[in-house]
Amino acid sequence: MKLTGRKIYKGRVEGEAIVTNDGISFYGGVDPDSGKIVEVGHELEGQSITDKILVFPTGKGSTVGSYTMYRMKKNNTAPLAIINKEIDTIIAVGCIISEIPCVDKIDINNIKTGQNLIVNGSEGTVEVK
Amino acid sequence: MRLDQEEKDMLEGKYGKATQKSMEILTTLGDIFDAESMIDVHGVQIAGVSYVNLGEAGLEFLNEMAEDGKVRVLTTLNPAGMDRENWQALGIDKEFAKNQNRAIDAFAKMGIITTCSCTPYLIGNNPHYGQHIAWAESSAVCYSNSVIGARTNREGGPSALAAALTGKTPNYGYHLDQNRHGQVLVKVNAPIKGTDEFGVLGKIIGDKLVDLGKKIPYITGIPSATVEELKSFCASVATYGGTALFHMEDITPEYDKYPRPSEIVFKIDQNDLDIARVELIDKDVEIDFVSIGCPHASIHEIANLANLLKGKKVKKEFWITTARPTKKIADEAGYSKIIEDSGAKFAADTCCVVAPIKGRFKGIMVDSAKACYYGRAKNKFKVKIGSIEECVEEATK
Repeated sequence: MKLTGRKIYKGRVEGEAIVTNDGISFYGGVDPDSGKIVEVGHELEGQSITDKILVFPTGKGSTVGSYTMYRMKKNNTAPLAIINKEIDTIIAVGCIISEIPCVDKIDINNIKTGQNLIVNGSEGTVEVK
Repeated sequence: MRLDQEEKDMLEGKYGKATQKSMEILTTLGDIFDAESMIDVHGVQIAGVSYVNLGEAGLEFLNEMAEDGKVRVLTTLNPAGMDRENWQALGIDKEFAKNQNRAIDAFAKMGIITTCSCTPYLIGNNPHYGQHIAWAESSAVCYSNSVIGARTNREGGPSALAAALTGKTPNYGYHLDQNRHGQVLVKVNAPIKGTDEFGVLGKIIGDKLVDLGKKIPYITGIPSATVEELKSFCASVATYGGTALFHMEDITPEYDKYPRPSEIVFKIDQNDLDIARVELIDKDVEIDFVSIGCPHASIHEIANLANLLKGKKVKKEFWITTARPTKKIADEAGYSKIIEDSGAKFAADTCCVVAPIKGRFKGIMVDSAKACYYGRAKNKFKVKIGSIEECVEEATK
């Protein structure tokens, strides 16, 4: 199945999906050293997003979150790619400065955790294998 | 999005890496918000300066941008985490000071004027009516859009820096006439006076706008307001309501440019003000810290403080936070000596919101509703709002 959305940041990667219906705040909600979600009560609390294709509806929280994403990239704890239902400026700017491929306007209900995906940020497409 | 030749060249890397990265940020934001093109900006204000907020990651990003990035327009900085000269006296540790200076050095390398103030409009980064700018710092965004009639969206740290390095911003949101109309008619039926009371009013209106899901109030019933009262109001309504623009009848320059809203009407009387003020005073608050200057104190406020503190001694930690250029005027006018003789301290370049003082004090008294919000949320203090006169009385009693 090939899903077509909007390109946010370029790059083509293949990897395993981790999906949540909760929004993500990178500032405070993700530990940039371990790559784990640390927000209390979050659907993915305690789970690592490192080297996964992270699928969630939209970003939330402080604009400092863009810098947290950059720090994860430098720490090698960042996700491989990001797929959003509707991008917000924090995640968009975070992907650009950290060079993380990103696509939005995707119906994320079509993607399940553990599925293998090919994200093409340059075309704005997601292939579910 | 339509780009001209220069913008395309920036995006392709002909102006270097930092400019290219900046243009990537701006075109992506432009696409997200359906901007048709870029517009030139005449000034930039950058937030994300305090090392508390920036962290090592943000600093690394700044250093990378500073490798070949140079600003194309007048650009100033938000408050840092410390007074750049007097940090030791304010209890800031050495390691923090070192990191804070690394961040400021990166900004300086890009040609940014490192004034470190949330009131750029008081110290020379002062756009005129109708000019397009790209400002971060929510209180200054609100002031420039509303009181000056300049045009800016609420930028974050990276997008403001991107605008500075390219001289451009995508043309959407508050840059366009159609998005500047008042949405909610607010009728104030009580006298409003002083920075504290304007802050209380900002909280009431901000909270109400969040409830209504609206952003732009049109306010009537305020016969007059000083620059200092408006700066306090801007900080408060931006903090509580996310507001970037308001119109105030007979006061702000665009109040009669667009139709007056009539569908949603919201009234505020003395009782509402009294209730909101109580919400900004914690029960059992024990004051051990008084801070004036959120947003940064003007020279007029400092003159007033010198008058109030003359011949007195403060018995609690007392900070006056302001821009360094304003502090220098106060030095020359003799206000600084009077104030420092009382035991009160100037904290230039910084403020009680962004300094690393979490948990250091029990209770803070301020004349600013914004400082109450961050005093509680960020620094875990109990808070109390009062007029400047009441703040001085509390500090000296």
